[in-house]
Amino acid sequence: MMDNMLTNTYGAESGAAAPVKVQIKNVVKTFSGRNGEMVALNGVSLDIRENEFVCVVGPSGCGKSTLLNIIAGLLEPTSGEVYCDGRLVEGTGTDRGVVFQQYALFPWLTVKKNVKFALEMRGIKGREADELAMKYLEKVDLVKFANHYPKELSGGMKQRVAIARAYAAEPQVLLMDEPFGALDAQTRTQLQSELLETWERDRKTCFFITHDVDEAIILAQKVIVMSARPGRIKEIVDIDIPYPRDQETKMSPRFLELKNHIWSIVYQEYLEVRK
Amino acid sequence: MRNNKNSWSNKIPSWAWVILSFIAAIGVWYLLSILPKTSRAFPFAPTTIDGLLTMMERGVFWDDLASSLLSVVMGYGLGFVIALPVAILMAWYLPIRNILNPWIQFIRNIPPLAYVPLLVVCAGVGRPAQVTTITIACFLIMCVTIYQGVINVDETLIKAARVLGAKNRDIFVRVLAPATLPFILTAIRLGASVALTTIIAAESAGSQAGLGMRIRSLNASFENAAMLAYVIVLGIIGILLEKGIRLLEKKLTGWQETIK
Ligand SMILES: Nc1ncnc2c1ncn2[C@@H]1O[C@H](COP(=O)(O)OP(=O)(O)OP(=O)(O)O)[C@@H](O)[C@H]1O
Ligand SMILES: [Mg+2]
Repeated sequence: MMDNMLTNTYGAESGAAAPVKVQIKNVVKTFSGRNGEMVALNGVSLDIRENEFVCVVGPSGCGKSTLLNIIAGLLEPTSGEVYCDGRLVEGTGTDRGVVFQQYALFPWLTVKKNVKFALEMRGIKGREADELAMKYLEKVDLVKFANHYPKELSGGMKQRVAIARAYAAEPQVLLMDEPFGALDAQTRTQLQSELLETWERDRKTCFFITHDVDEAIILAQKVIVMSARPGRIKEIVDIDIPYPRDQETKMSPRFLELKNHIWSIVYQEYLEVRK
Repeated sequence: MRNNKNSWSNKIPSWAWVILSFIAAIGVWYLLSILPKTSRAFPFAPTTIDGLLTMMERGVFWDDLASSLLSVVMGYGLGFVIALPVAILMAWYLPIRNILNPWIQFIRNIPPLAYVPLLVVCAGVGRPAQVTTITIACFLIMCVTIYQGVINVDETLIKAARVLGAKNRDIFVRVLAPATLPFILTAIRLGASVALTTIIAAESAGSQAGLGMRIRSLNASFENAAMLAYVIVLGIIGILLEKGIRLLEKKLTGWQETIK
Protein backbone atom coordinates (compact mmCIF):
# COMPACT_ATOMS: atom_id res chain seq x y z
CA MET A 1 0.00 0.00 0.00
CA MET A 2 2.68 2.41 1.11
CA ASP A 3 4.84 1.38 -1.79
CA ASN A 4 2.05 1.91 -4.17
CA MET A 5 1.55 5.45 -2.94
CA LEU A 6 5.20 6.27 -3.21
CA THR A 7 5.61 5.00 -6.73
CA ASN A 8 2.39 6.63 -7.75
CA THR A 9 3.69 10.16 -7.69
CA TYR A 10 1.55 12.08 -10.09
CA GLY A 11 4.16 14.77 -10.57
CA ALA A 12 3.34 16.68 -13.69
CA GLU A 13 6.38 15.38 -15.55
CA SER A 14 5.61 11.76 -14.83
CA GLY A 15 1.82 11.98 -15.32
CA ALA A 16 1.96 11.18 -19.02
CA ALA A 17 0.72 7.65 -18.39
CA ALA A 18 -2.78 8.61 -17.19
CA PRO A 19 -5.51 8.50 -19.85
CA VAL A 20 -7.25 11.66 -20.99
CA LYS A 21 -10.41 12.28 -18.99
CA VAL A 22 -11.69 15.49 -20.54
CA GLN A 23 -10.73 16.53 -24.02
CA ILE A 24 -11.47 20.06 -25.15
CA LYS A 25 -11.15 20.42 -28.91
CA ASN A 26 -11.02 23.78 -30.66
CA VAL A 27 -13.79 25.29 -28.61
CA VAL A 28 -15.06 28.64 -29.85
CA LYS A 29 -17.83 30.54 -28.08
CA THR A 30 -19.35 33.75 -29.31
CA PHE A 31 -22.12 35.68 -27.63
CA SER A 32 -24.34 37.94 -29.65
CA GLY A 33 -25.29 41.09 -27.82
CA ARG A 34 -26.43 44.59 -28.62
CA ASN A 35 -22.96 45.54 -29.86
CA GLY A 36 -22.79 42.62 -32.27
CA GLU A 37 -20.85 39.38 -31.86
CA MET A 38 -18.51 39.00 -28.92
CA VAL A 39 -15.89 36.26 -29.03
CA ALA A 40 -15.48 34.88 -25.52
CA LEU A 41 -13.38 31.82 -26.39
CA ASN A 42 -11.31 31.71 -29.53
CA GLY A 43 -10.18 28.15 -30.18
CA VAL A 44 -9.36 26.51 -26.88
CA SER A 45 -7.89 23.01 -26.86
CA LEU A 46 -6.85 21.21 -23.71
CA ASP A 47 -6.51 17.67 -22.40
CA ILE A 48 -7.27 17.03 -18.76
CA ARG A 49 -5.89 13.68 -17.65
CA GLU A 50 -7.49 11.32 -15.22
CA ASN A 51 -6.75 12.21 -11.57
CA GLU A 52 -5.24 15.48 -12.63
CA PHE A 53 -5.68 18.76 -10.75
CA VAL A 54 -5.78 21.65 -13.20
CA CYS A 55 -6.09 25.30 -12.24
CA VAL A 56 -7.07 28.09 -14.61
CA VAL A 57 -5.99 31.70 -14.09
CA GLY A 58 -6.43 34.72 -16.31
CA PRO A 59 -7.76 38.27 -16.35
CA SER A 60 -11.40 38.92 -15.59
CA GLY A 61 -13.64 38.39 -18.60
CA CYS A 62 -11.21 36.11 -20.46
CA GLY A 63 -13.78 33.32 -20.60
CA LYS A 64 -12.84 31.06 -17.68
CA SER A 65 -16.40 30.61 -16.47
CA THR A 66 -17.60 30.22 -20.05
CA LEU A 67 -15.15 27.35 -20.55
CA LEU A 68 -16.24 25.70 -17.30
CA ASN A 69 -19.91 26.00 -18.24
CA ILE A 70 -19.20 24.40 -21.60
CA ILE A 71 -17.41 21.47 -19.95
CA ALA A 72 -20.31 21.14 -17.49
CA GLY A 73 -22.76 21.08 -20.39
CA LEU A 74 -24.57 24.19 -19.16
CA LEU A 75 -23.50 26.10 -22.30
CA GLU A 76 -23.12 24.90 -25.86
CA PRO A 77 -19.94 25.81 -27.75
CA THR A 78 -20.42 27.76 -30.97
CA SER A 79 -17.99 25.35 -32.59
CA GLY A 80 -15.63 22.65 -31.38
CA GLU A 81 -16.35 19.79 -29.00
CA VAL A 82 -15.78 18.59 -25.50
CA TYR A 83 -15.41 14.88 -24.78
CA CYS A 84 -15.60 13.29 -21.37
CA ASP A 85 -14.28 9.71 -21.30
CA GLY A 86 -14.38 9.81 -25.07
CA ARG A 87 -18.10 10.62 -25.15
CA LEU A 88 -19.26 13.89 -26.68
CA VAL A 89 -20.64 16.29 -24.05
CA GLU A 90 -24.18 17.28 -24.98
CA GLY A 91 -25.67 18.78 -21.85
CA THR A 92 -25.15 18.21 -18.17
CA GLY A 93 -24.26 14.80 -16.81
CA THR A 94 -23.66 13.36 -13.39
CA ASP A 95 -20.12 12.41 -14.39
CA ARG A 96 -19.28 16.12 -14.06
CA GLY A 97 -20.01 17.98 -10.80
CA VAL A 98 -19.88 21.74 -10.32
CA VAL A 99 -19.11 23.95 -7.30
CA PHE A 100 -20.23 27.53 -7.91
CA GLN A 101 -18.74 30.69 -6.45
CA GLN A 102 -22.13 31.79 -5.06
CA TYR A 103 -22.55 28.44 -3.22
CA ALA A 104 -25.93 27.83 -4.94
CA LEU A 105 -27.38 25.97 -1.95
CA PHE A 106 -31.14 25.48 -1.89
CA PRO A 107 -32.13 27.94 0.85
CA TRP A 108 -35.36 26.08 1.68
CA LEU A 109 -33.51 22.86 2.47
CA THR A 110 -31.42 22.15 5.55
CA VAL A 111 -27.73 21.34 5.17
CA LYS A 112 -28.45 17.61 5.29
CA LYS A 113 -31.32 17.84 2.83
CA ASN A 114 -29.13 19.80 0.41
CA VAL A 115 -26.72 16.86 0.39
CA LYS A 116 -29.63 14.41 0.20
CA PHE A 117 -30.87 16.20 -2.92
CA ALA A 118 -27.75 14.98 -4.74
CA LEU A 119 -28.24 11.45 -3.41
CA GLU A 120 -31.91 11.35 -4.37
CA MET A 121 -31.03 12.37 -7.89
CA ARG A 122 -28.86 9.24 -7.91
CA GLY A 123 -31.88 7.20 -6.88
CA ILE A 124 -30.81 6.70 -3.26
CA LYS A 125 -33.77 7.20 -0.92
CA GLY A 126 -34.91 7.00 2.69
CA ARG A 127 -32.71 5.75 5.54
CA GLU A 128 -29.83 4.94 3.26
CA ALA A 129 -29.79 8.49 1.91
CA ASP A 130 -29.91 9.86 5.47
CA GLU A 131 -26.92 7.84 6.57
CA LEU A 132 -24.91 8.57 3.44
CA ALA A 133 -25.64 12.30 3.70
CA MET A 134 -24.20 12.31 7.21
CA LYS A 135 -21.08 10.58 5.90
CA TYR A 136 -20.51 13.28 3.32
CA LEU A 137 -21.10 15.95 5.97
CA GLU A 138 -18.55 14.24 8.21
CA LYS A 139 -15.94 14.72 5.49
CA VAL A 140 -16.44 18.49 5.59
CA ASP A 141 -16.83 18.53 9.37
CA LEU A 142 -20.39 19.82 9.40
CA VAL A 143 -22.29 17.03 11.15
CA LYS A 144 -23.28 19.41 13.93
CA PHE A 145 -24.97 21.72 11.45
CA ALA A 146 -26.92 19.04 9.60
CA ASN A 147 -30.29 20.49 10.56
CA HIS A 148 -29.43 24.14 10.04
CA TYR A 149 -30.63 26.20 7.11
CA PRO A 150 -28.01 27.78 4.79
CA LYS A 151 -28.89 31.26 6.06
CA GLU A 152 -27.58 30.23 9.47
CA LEU A 153 -24.09 29.37 8.17
CA SER A 154 -20.97 31.43 7.48
CA GLY A 155 -19.62 31.71 3.94
CA GLY A 156 -16.96 29.09 4.54
CA MET A 157 -19.48 26.64 5.95
CA LYS A 158 -21.83 27.22 3.02
CA GLN A 159 -19.06 26.43 0.59
CA ARG A 160 -18.24 23.26 2.53
CA VAL A 161 -21.86 22.16 2.17
CA ALA A 162 -21.68 22.89 -1.55
CA ILE A 163 -18.55 20.77 -1.80
CA ALA A 164 -20.13 17.94 0.18
CA ARG A 165 -23.19 18.11 -2.09
CA ALA A 166 -21.01 18.00 -5.20
CA TYR A 167 -19.16 14.97 -3.78
CA ALA A 168 -22.44 13.26 -2.92
CA ALA A 169 -23.28 13.15 -6.61
CA GLU A 170 -20.08 11.07 -6.99
CA PRO A 171 -18.94 12.81 -10.18
CA GLN A 172 -15.75 11.70 -11.88
CA VAL A 173 -14.70 15.24 -12.68
CA LEU A 174 -15.11 18.16 -10.31
CA LEU A 175 -15.46 21.60 -11.90
CA MET A 176 -14.99 24.53 -9.54
CA ASP A 177 -15.53 28.18 -10.48
CA GLU A 178 -13.67 30.36 -7.98
CA PRO A 179 -15.18 28.39 -5.12
CA PHE A 180 -13.20 30.30 -2.50
CA GLY A 181 -13.40 33.68 -4.22
CA ALA A 182 -15.95 35.15 -1.83
CA LEU A 183 -14.18 34.03 1.37
CA ASP A 184 -11.78 35.88 3.65
CA ALA A 185 -8.08 35.00 3.46
CA GLN A 186 -8.07 32.81 6.55
CA THR A 187 -11.10 30.72 5.66
CA ARG A 188 -9.73 30.49 2.17
CA THR A 189 -6.40 28.92 3.21
CA GLN A 190 -8.27 26.55 5.49
CA LEU A 191 -10.53 25.35 2.70
CA GLN A 192 -7.52 25.05 0.39
CA SER A 193 -5.84 22.73 2.87
CA GLU A 194 -9.01 20.67 3.24
CA LEU A 195 -9.40 20.38 -0.51
CA LEU A 196 -5.75 19.38 -0.89
CA GLU A 197 -6.15 16.65 1.71
CA THR A 198 -9.26 15.33 0.03
CA TRP A 199 -7.66 15.37 -3.39
CA GLU A 200 -4.49 13.69 -2.18
CA ARG A 201 -6.73 10.95 -0.80
CA ASP A 202 -9.12 10.34 -3.70
CA ARG A 203 -7.36 12.03 -6.65
CA LYS A 204 -10.57 13.05 -8.35
CA THR A 205 -10.01 14.91 -11.61
CA CYS A 206 -10.35 18.64 -10.79
CA PHE A 207 -10.77 21.71 -12.98
CA PHE A 208 -10.44 24.71 -10.72
CA ILE A 209 -10.78 28.40 -11.66
CA THR A 210 -9.18 31.06 -9.49
CA HIS A 211 -7.91 34.63 -9.53
CA ASP A 212 -5.32 33.81 -6.93
CA VAL A 213 -1.95 32.66 -8.33
CA ASP A 214 -0.85 31.31 -4.91
CA GLU A 215 -3.99 29.23 -4.73
CA ALA A 216 -3.45 27.88 -8.23
CA ILE A 217 0.15 26.79 -7.51
CA ILE A 218 -0.54 25.24 -4.14
CA LEU A 219 -3.37 23.12 -5.51
CA ALA A 220 -2.57 22.24 -9.09
CA GLN A 221 -0.32 20.00 -11.12
CA LYS A 222 -0.88 22.22 -14.12
CA VAL A 223 -1.75 25.91 -14.21
CA ILE A 224 -3.45 27.09 -17.38
CA VAL A 225 -2.89 30.79 -18.01
CA MET A 226 -5.51 32.31 -20.28
CA SER A 227 -5.08 35.42 -22.36
CA ALA A 228 -7.32 38.43 -22.39
CA ARG A 229 -10.24 38.70 -24.78
CA PRO A 230 -10.74 36.81 -26.95
CA GLY A 231 -9.95 34.01 -24.53
CA ARG A 232 -7.20 31.57 -25.51
CA ILE A 233 -4.73 29.45 -23.64
CA LYS A 234 -1.56 31.49 -23.32
CA GLU A 235 0.65 29.04 -21.49
CA ILE A 236 0.45 25.81 -19.53
CA VAL A 237 2.79 25.78 -16.54
CA ASP A 238 3.66 22.43 -14.95
CA ILE A 239 3.84 22.67 -11.18
CA ASP A 240 6.59 20.24 -10.30
CA ILE A 241 6.24 20.55 -6.53
CA PRO A 242 5.58 17.11 -5.06
CA TYR A 243 2.59 16.32 -2.88
CA PRO A 244 1.74 16.29 -0.03
CA ARG A 245 1.70 20.05 -0.01
CA ASP A 246 0.57 22.39 2.75
CA GLN A 247 0.62 26.11 3.49
CA GLU A 248 4.37 25.87 4.24
CA THR A 249 4.90 25.01 0.60
CA LYS A 250 4.18 28.66 -0.15
CA MET A 251 7.59 29.54 1.39
CA SER A 252 9.63 27.17 -0.74
CA PRO A 253 12.00 28.63 -3.38
CA ARG A 254 10.43 26.63 -6.20
CA PHE A 255 6.99 27.97 -5.29
CA LEU A 256 8.24 31.55 -5.42
CA GLU A 257 9.97 30.92 -8.72
CA LEU A 258 6.79 29.53 -10.27
CA LYS A 259 4.78 32.34 -8.77
CA ASN A 260 7.05 34.96 -10.32
CA HIS A 261 6.84 33.26 -13.67
CA ILE A 262 3.04 32.97 -13.68
CA TRP A 263 2.64 36.49 -12.33
CA SER A 264 4.68 37.95 -15.13
CA ILE A 265 2.47 36.29 -17.76
CA VAL A 266 -0.74 37.28 -15.96
CA TYR A 267 0.54 40.83 -15.57
CA GLN A 268 1.25 41.12 -19.29
CA GLU A 269 -2.30 40.01 -19.96
CA TYR A 270 -3.60 42.49 -17.45
CA LEU A 271 -1.77 45.30 -19.29
CA GLU A 272 -3.24 43.93 -22.50
CA VAL A 273 -6.76 44.33 -21.06
CA ARG A 274 -6.06 47.89 -19.97
CA LYS A 275 -5.08 48.91 -23.48
CA MET B 1 -34.56 54.52 12.86
CA ARG B 2 -33.31 55.58 16.27
CA ASN B 3 -33.10 52.70 18.63
CA ASN B 4 -31.43 53.19 21.96
CA LYS B 5 -30.82 49.80 23.60
CA ASN B 6 -31.13 51.13 27.14
CA SER B 7 -34.08 53.44 26.74
CA TRP B 8 -37.15 52.74 28.89
CA SER B 9 -39.21 51.90 25.81
CA ASN B 10 -37.17 48.74 25.27
CA LYS B 11 -38.04 47.44 28.70
CA ILE B 12 -41.75 47.18 27.99
CA PRO B 13 -42.77 43.76 26.64
CA SER B 14 -44.58 43.65 23.33
CA TRP B 15 -47.91 42.45 24.76
CA ALA B 16 -47.92 45.52 26.99
CA TRP B 17 -47.42 47.71 23.92
CA VAL B 18 -50.52 46.16 22.37
CA ILE B 19 -52.53 47.12 25.45
CA LEU B 20 -51.04 50.63 25.52
CA SER B 21 -51.81 51.15 21.87
CA PHE B 22 -55.37 49.94 22.46
CA ILE B 23 -55.85 52.34 25.36
CA ALA B 24 -54.51 55.21 23.24
CA ALA B 25 -56.98 54.38 20.46
CA ILE B 26 -59.89 54.30 22.93
CA GLY B 27 -58.72 57.71 24.18
CA VAL B 28 -58.73 59.18 20.67
CA TRP B 29 -62.10 57.58 20.01
CA TYR B 30 -63.47 59.19 23.19
CA LEU B 31 -62.12 62.57 22.14
CA LEU B 32 -63.72 62.21 18.70
CA SER B 33 -67.01 61.32 20.36
CA ILE B 34 -67.14 64.57 22.38
CA LEU B 35 -65.74 67.06 19.90
CA PRO B 36 -68.66 68.87 18.21
CA LYS B 37 -67.28 68.43 14.68
CA THR B 38 -66.82 64.66 14.90
CA SER B 39 -69.21 63.47 17.58
CA ARG B 40 -72.03 62.60 15.17
CA ALA B 41 -69.86 60.31 13.05
CA PHE B 42 -67.98 58.74 15.95
CA PRO B 43 -70.32 57.82 18.82
CA PHE B 44 -68.36 56.25 21.67
CA ALA B 45 -67.98 52.50 22.19
CA PRO B 46 -71.19 51.67 24.15
CA THR B 47 -73.40 53.45 21.60
CA THR B 48 -71.54 51.80 18.72
CA ILE B 49 -71.89 48.34 20.26
CA ASP B 50 -75.59 49.07 20.81
CA GLY B 51 -75.80 49.92 17.14
CA LEU B 52 -74.28 46.58 16.23
CA LEU B 53 -76.62 44.71 18.61
CA THR B 54 -79.60 46.44 17.03
CA MET B 55 -78.47 45.21 13.64
CA MET B 56 -78.20 41.70 15.00
CA GLU B 57 -81.69 41.95 16.50
CA ARG B 58 -83.05 43.08 13.16
CA GLY B 59 -81.51 39.91 11.82
CA VAL B 60 -79.45 41.60 9.14
CA PHE B 61 -75.91 41.58 10.53
CA TRP B 62 -75.15 37.88 10.05
CA ASP B 63 -76.74 37.93 6.60
CA ASP B 64 -74.61 40.91 5.64
CA LEU B 65 -71.46 39.26 6.94
CA ALA B 66 -72.22 35.96 5.20
CA SER B 67 -73.08 37.63 1.93
CA SER B 68 -69.92 39.73 1.86
CA LEU B 69 -67.69 36.84 2.87
CA LEU B 70 -69.23 34.62 0.21
CA SER B 71 -68.45 37.18 -2.50
CA VAL B 72 -64.96 37.74 -1.13
CA VAL B 73 -64.14 34.03 -0.89
CA MET B 74 -65.49 33.27 -4.36
CA GLY B 75 -63.79 36.21 -6.06
CA TYR B 76 -60.54 35.72 -4.20
CA GLY B 77 -60.44 31.97 -4.88
CA LEU B 78 -61.23 32.40 -8.56
CA GLY B 79 -58.69 35.20 -8.85
CA PHE B 80 -55.98 32.99 -7.39
CA VAL B 81 -56.86 29.96 -9.50
CA ILE B 82 -56.55 32.07 -12.64
CA ALA B 83 -53.53 34.10 -11.52
CA LEU B 84 -51.25 31.16 -10.71
CA PRO B 85 -51.11 29.52 -14.16
CA VAL B 86 -51.24 32.84 -16.02
CA ALA B 87 -48.30 34.17 -14.00
CA ILE B 88 -46.26 31.03 -14.70
CA LEU B 89 -47.10 31.14 -18.41
CA MET B 90 -46.15 34.81 -18.52
CA ALA B 91 -42.82 34.07 -16.91
CA TRP B 92 -42.01 31.17 -19.24
CA TYR B 93 -43.36 32.26 -22.62
CA LEU B 94 -42.18 35.54 -24.00
CA PRO B 95 -45.12 36.05 -26.43
CA ILE B 96 -47.67 35.60 -23.65
CA ARG B 97 -45.71 37.99 -21.44
CA ASN B 98 -45.36 40.66 -24.09
CA ILE B 99 -49.03 40.57 -25.01
CA LEU B 100 -50.55 40.34 -21.52
CA ASN B 101 -48.24 42.34 -19.31
CA PRO B 102 -48.97 45.89 -20.60
CA TRP B 103 -52.72 45.36 -20.18
CA ILE B 104 -52.42 43.90 -16.73
CA GLN B 105 -50.43 46.96 -15.72
CA PHE B 106 -52.99 49.21 -17.42
CA ILE B 107 -56.07 47.75 -15.76
CA ARG B 108 -54.30 47.48 -12.41
CA ASN B 109 -54.16 51.26 -12.23
CA ILE B 110 -57.91 51.76 -12.67
CA PRO B 111 -59.88 51.78 -9.39
CA PRO B 112 -62.44 48.93 -9.41
CA LEU B 113 -65.20 51.35 -8.47
CA ALA B 114 -64.77 52.88 -11.93
CA TYR B 115 -65.37 49.70 -13.89
CA VAL B 116 -68.08 48.11 -11.74
CA PRO B 117 -70.87 49.71 -13.83
CA LEU B 118 -69.41 48.08 -16.95
CA LEU B 119 -69.44 44.70 -15.25
CA VAL B 120 -73.05 45.20 -14.12
CA VAL B 121 -74.03 45.82 -17.72
CA CYS B 122 -72.45 42.48 -18.68
CA ALA B 123 -73.02 40.25 -15.66
CA GLY B 124 -76.22 41.77 -14.33
CA VAL B 125 -76.99 43.19 -10.89
CA GLY B 126 -76.01 41.25 -7.78
CA ARG B 127 -73.72 38.36 -6.96
CA PRO B 128 -72.22 37.67 -10.40
CA ALA B 129 -71.08 41.26 -10.85
CA GLN B 130 -69.73 41.38 -7.28
CA VAL B 131 -67.73 38.22 -7.67
CA THR B 132 -66.42 39.32 -11.06
CA THR B 133 -65.22 42.63 -9.64
CA ILE B 134 -63.33 40.95 -6.81
CA THR B 135 -61.97 38.27 -9.13
CA ILE B 136 -60.51 40.87 -11.48
CA ALA B 137 -58.95 42.94 -8.71
CA CYS B 138 -57.47 39.89 -6.97
CA PHE B 139 -56.27 38.34 -10.21
CA LEU B 140 -54.35 41.47 -11.18
CA ILE B 141 -52.43 41.90 -7.94
CA MET B 142 -51.74 38.18 -7.47
CA CYS B 143 -50.69 37.63 -11.07
CA VAL B 144 -48.18 40.49 -10.96
CA THR B 145 -46.73 39.31 -7.64
CA ILE B 146 -46.37 35.63 -8.61
CA TYR B 147 -44.96 36.55 -12.02
CA GLN B 148 -42.24 38.63 -10.36
CA GLY B 149 -41.42 35.66 -8.16
CA VAL B 150 -41.10 33.20 -11.01
CA ILE B 151 -38.86 35.41 -13.15
CA ASN B 152 -36.63 36.20 -10.18
CA VAL B 153 -35.77 32.60 -9.32
CA ASP B 154 -31.98 32.45 -8.99
CA GLU B 155 -30.71 30.82 -12.18
CA THR B 156 -27.70 29.24 -10.46
CA LEU B 157 -30.09 27.16 -8.36
CA ILE B 158 -31.57 25.71 -11.52
CA LYS B 159 -28.07 25.09 -12.88
CA ALA B 160 -27.00 23.49 -9.60
CA ALA B 161 -29.98 21.14 -9.73
CA ARG B 162 -29.28 20.28 -13.36
CA VAL B 163 -25.65 19.34 -12.78
CA LEU B 164 -26.79 17.14 -9.90
CA GLY B 165 -28.88 15.23 -12.41
CA ALA B 166 -32.32 16.85 -11.97
CA LYS B 167 -34.76 16.40 -14.85
CA ASN B 168 -37.31 19.06 -15.87
CA ARG B 169 -39.91 17.60 -13.54
CA ASP B 170 -37.53 17.67 -10.56
CA ILE B 171 -36.61 21.24 -11.38
CA PHE B 172 -40.25 22.29 -11.42
CA VAL B 173 -41.31 20.45 -8.27
CA ARG B 174 -38.15 20.71 -6.20
CA VAL B 175 -36.66 24.04 -7.26
CA LEU B 176 -39.13 26.36 -8.97
CA ALA B 177 -42.06 25.59 -6.67
CA PRO B 178 -40.26 26.13 -3.35
CA ALA B 179 -38.35 29.12 -4.74
CA THR B 180 -41.60 30.86 -5.72
CA LEU B 181 -43.55 29.86 -2.63
CA PRO B 182 -42.68 33.06 -0.73
CA PHE B 183 -44.03 35.14 -3.60
CA ILE B 184 -47.17 33.01 -3.81
CA LEU B 185 -47.79 33.57 -0.11
CA THR B 186 -47.19 37.30 -0.49
CA ALA B 187 -49.67 37.24 -3.38
CA ILE B 188 -52.19 35.46 -1.16
CA ARG B 189 -51.78 38.11 1.52
CA LEU B 190 -52.00 41.07 -0.87
CA GLY B 191 -54.94 39.43 -2.63
CA ALA B 192 -56.86 39.04 0.63
CA SER B 193 -56.46 42.70 1.41
CA VAL B 194 -57.49 43.70 -2.10
CA ALA B 195 -60.54 41.40 -1.92
CA LEU B 196 -61.70 43.11 1.26
CA THR B 197 -61.10 46.64 0.05
CA THR B 198 -62.87 45.86 -3.21
CA ILE B 199 -66.01 44.55 -1.49
CA ILE B 200 -67.38 48.09 -1.05
CA ALA B 201 -66.97 48.79 -4.75
CA ALA B 202 -68.29 45.35 -5.63
CA GLU B 203 -71.46 45.78 -3.57
CA SER B 204 -72.19 49.04 -5.32
CA ALA B 205 -73.14 46.66 -8.12
CA GLY B 206 -76.36 46.23 -6.21
CA SER B 207 -77.08 43.59 -3.59
CA GLN B 208 -79.69 42.40 -1.12
CA ALA B 209 -77.23 42.17 1.75
CA GLY B 210 -73.57 42.82 2.47
CA LEU B 211 -71.35 44.88 4.73
CA GLY B 212 -70.60 47.43 2.01
CA MET B 213 -74.19 47.68 0.87
CA ARG B 214 -75.36 48.10 4.50
CA ILE B 215 -72.84 50.88 5.22
CA ARG B 216 -74.28 52.75 2.26
CA SER B 217 -77.88 52.31 3.40
CA LEU B 218 -77.15 53.10 7.07
CA ASN B 219 -75.47 56.27 5.86
CA ALA B 220 -78.63 57.23 4.02
CA SER B 221 -80.76 56.70 7.14
CA PHE B 222 -78.29 58.51 9.45
CA GLU B 223 -77.73 55.48 11.68
CA ASN B 224 -74.18 56.43 12.45
CA ALA B 225 -73.53 54.11 15.39
CA ALA B 226 -74.34 50.98 13.40
CA MET B 227 -72.42 52.32 10.42
CA LEU B 228 -69.30 52.86 12.51
CA ALA B 229 -69.69 49.33 13.93
CA TYR B 230 -69.77 47.90 10.38
CA VAL B 231 -66.65 49.84 9.42
CA ILE B 232 -64.86 48.46 12.47
CA VAL B 233 -66.01 44.91 11.63
CA LEU B 234 -64.44 45.27 8.17
CA GLY B 235 -61.19 46.35 9.79
CA ILE B 236 -61.23 43.40 12.20
CA ILE B 237 -61.77 40.87 9.40
CA GLY B 238 -58.89 42.46 7.50
CA ILE B 239 -56.42 42.29 10.34
CA LEU B 240 -57.39 38.71 11.27
CA LEU B 241 -56.82 37.56 7.69
CA GLU B 242 -53.50 39.36 7.46
CA LYS B 243 -52.22 37.95 10.75
CA GLY B 244 -53.33 34.45 9.81
CA ILE B 245 -51.58 34.54 6.46
CA ARG B 246 -48.43 36.02 7.99
CA LEU B 247 -48.35 33.15 10.46
CA LEU B 248 -48.59 30.72 7.55
CA GLU B 249 -45.81 32.57 5.73
CA LYS B 250 -43.54 32.34 8.75
CA LYS B 251 -44.19 28.63 9.06
CA LEU B 252 -43.64 27.80 5.41
CA THR B 253 -40.85 30.20 4.45
CA GLY B 254 -38.80 30.57 7.62
CA TRP B 255 -35.75 29.50 5.59
CA GLN B 256 -35.59 32.85 3.82
CA GLU B 257 -32.73 35.26 4.41
CA THR B 258 -34.25 38.23 6.16
CA ILE B 259 -32.79 41.69 6.01
CA LYS B 260 -32.82 43.14 9.47
N1 LIG C 1 -24.56 34.93 -21.29
C1 LIG C 1 -23.70 35.81 -21.83
N2 LIG C 1 -24.12 36.68 -22.78
C2 LIG C 1 -23.27 37.55 -23.31
N3 LIG C 1 -21.99 37.67 -22.99
C3 LIG C 1 -21.50 36.85 -22.04
C4 LIG C 1 -22.33 35.87 -21.41
N4 LIG C 1 -21.59 35.19 -20.51
C5 LIG C 1 -20.35 35.71 -20.59
N5 LIG C 1 -20.30 36.70 -21.50
C6 LIG C 1 -19.09 37.46 -21.87
O1 LIG C 1 -18.07 36.57 -22.15
C7 LIG C 1 -16.84 37.01 -21.63
C8 LIG C 1 -16.24 35.94 -20.74
O2 LIG C 1 -17.05 35.78 -19.60
P1 LIG C 1 -16.67 34.81 -18.41
O3 LIG C 1 -17.72 34.92 -17.39
O4 LIG C 1 -16.39 33.46 -18.97
O5 LIG C 1 -15.31 35.46 -17.88
P2 LIG C 1 -14.41 35.02 -16.65
O6 LIG C 1 -13.06 34.76 -17.17
O7 LIG C 1 -15.07 33.94 -15.89
O8 LIG C 1 -14.38 36.35 -15.80
P3 LIG C 1 -14.31 36.51 -14.20
O9 LIG C 1 -12.90 36.21 -13.85
O10 LIG C 1 -14.63 37.95 -13.99
O11 LIG C 1 -15.29 35.57 -13.62
C9 LIG C 1 -17.12 38.29 -20.88
O12 LIG C 1 -16.70 39.38 -21.68
C10 LIG C 1 -18.61 38.31 -20.70
O13 LIG C 1 -19.09 39.62 -20.80
MG1 LIG D 1 -15.97 33.77 -13.96
